[in-house]
Amino acid sequence: MELLIFYAFCVGAVVSALLMVTTKRPVRAAMSLVATMSFLAGLYALLNAHLIAVLQLIVYAGAIMVLFLFVIMLLNIEEKEGKLAKNVFFIQLAGTVVVGILMVAMVVVMNKIGAPVAGAAVDETFGTTKAVGWMLFTKYLLPFEIASVLLLAAIVGAVILAKRRIDNSKA
Amino acid sequence: MNPYVPVLIMLFLAAATAAGMIAATTWIGPKKKFADKMEPFECGESPIVNPKQRFSVKFYLVALFFVIFDIETVFVYPWAVLFRELNWFGFVEMMIFIFILAVGLIYVWRRGALEWD
Amino acid sequence: MMEAAATSGAYWLRLIIGLVIVLIFSQLNALFLVWLERKVAGHIQVRLGPMEVGPHGLLQTIVDGIKLVGKELITPARADRILFVIAPVLVFTPVLVAFLVLPFGPDLIIRDMNVGLLLIFAFSTFSVLAILVGGWASNNKYALLGAIRSVAQAVAYEIPLLLSVMSVVLMVNSFRFSELVMAQQRVWFVFLQPVAALIYFICATAETNRAPFDIPEAESELVAGFHTEYSGMRFGLFFLAEYTNMFIVCAVATSLFFGGWHGPFGFSFKIPGVVWFLAKTYVLLYVLMWFRWTFPRVRFDQLMNFSWKVLIPLSMLNLVITALVLKLI
Repeated sequence: MELLIFYAFCVGAVVSALLMVTTKRPVRAAMSLVATMSFLAGLYALLNAHLIAVLQLIVYAGAIMVLFLFVIMLLNIEEKEGKLAKNVFFIQLAGTVVVGILMVAMVVVMNKIGAPVAGAAVDETFGTTKAVGWMLFTKYLLPFEIASVLLLAAIVGAVILAKRRIDNSKA
Repeated sequence: MNPYVPVLIMLFLAAATAAGMIAATTWIGPKKKFADKMEPFECGESPIVNPKQRFSVKFYLVALFFVIFDIETVFVYPWAVLFRELNWFGFVEMMIFIFILAVGLIYVWRRGALEWD
Repeated sequence: MMEAAATSGAYWLRLIIGLVIVLIFSQLNALFLVWLERKVAGHIQVRLGPMEVGPHGLLQTIVDGIKLVGKELITPARADRILFVIAPVLVFTPVLVAFLVLPFGPDLIIRDMNVGLLLIFAFSTFSVLAILVGGWASNNKYALLGAIRSVAQAVAYEIPLLLSVMSVVLMVNSFRFSELVMAQQRVWFVFLQPVAALIYFICATAETNRAPFDIPEAESELVAGFHTEYSGMRFGLFFLAEYTNMFIVCAVATSLFFGGWHGPFGFSFKIPGVVWFLAKTYVLLYVLMWFRWTFPRVRFDQLMNFSWKVLIPLSMLNLVITALVLKLI
């Protein structure tokens, strides 16, 4: 049963990802990405990673995709369709090379750490908010604090980029 | 049994209900189409400009701030659950985190990026 | 494995029947709320409201629903057809998930999940996306303006909402609804966290696009906001989802701040928990409707400033103070 749902989600994630890269309309592409994110959240839920599944929906499907859609709508990218079509061959070539490198890297890493054992037993608390939080606030303390600095940098960057436009348009 | 299976079934049932209701309207409702009726509504006039205009960059700023502060609250979730077990160490940890973001909020405020005028 | 197979048939049947009952309850409840809103509006304006169909017009909204099914579905010219059709389904579907984790009574939680509270917030993000996409796909300037405003408002009020909820979680240390409610057996959290309760309720009003925060639909300036171009049952789905959402935010407020199924200060007066829970939720819903006919709509800049400059700093401060007090005692 769970295996069946797992495969359904996998197919869903791959199909929506393919839709995202093949569709020509930016808003549809963004919505396909939302679907991909949701299927991934479903996969996390199947793995009993409760907190990660919920956060996947809140942060990716919610916050980040809202930002993407906003940008697409605000800039009205629709009209710019087809402008990239000039050097399509080189872009495709570059894409293939990058994906190939990623693929090789993944295989190497997998060989190094060993593939995850299917059906490995996990205890009751695995993936709960407590378990994830405990790791975050003890073992991964430094990355957690650095995350706040990173967020601060993002705030400052956004203000500097956008504020100039606002001031210019006023003057 | 995975606890999320009922969620999945519920989503299916709800989507089926919604699709069923729309299908019912499509089936029962009248279908008299002509060009003027299909035009987007604009107080009785024909639309003269494309609605897809560019919007102010401020909306983008708001969306970006939302992502940043949303991620902040995401870090608060596990902290709130673990609060008792983390003792003073965890408390200080989170206070530093919130302080850094509060500095961000003050910066945004002082630069006037929150003003709508 | 063998045992599971033997019981699974009955188990699935029970589960699916249960879910269908939840679905029907939630929709009848939404229809009842629409009727209640019209009644409240009527009486506040010294009118009677619907009176013709059924006793005191109780069946009016059901008849209205049937009428909506008989209406023509119009897709405006040059609209993005696929997204236009998907948006109403997308707004209607996720809200129902919340009913799986809401604690209606001590034995009346369908699934008491480890991340119950977060699950509701996770699925509520989809309605924001659906509104944005629906408004955009309509190819109508009012719809697009309404959608953009709606999202700017929803995202601005989501952060204080989550932060105010976190100060309650801080006291209970769990996202499980049963534990959140059990912790309020003696004292409701509204007395311990009055600021958080107030912030939550203001944000909930904004999140459900209710007056005085009804800028996304502002009838007098944007026709009908993001659902201007929607007709028939497509519009009906937006409407049902909106009222279901109202019920959910009030039910969450009841279980977080007003003791859920508990009576005040540990007295239950021999009234079952479900009755307490629903009664408190409906009182909150009444307050929400009362708001609409009392407060004038706020301006967009006031709306954004109020969230970013008042609610967010206040909810952050409330969180820090709560944490400090909890550490010191």
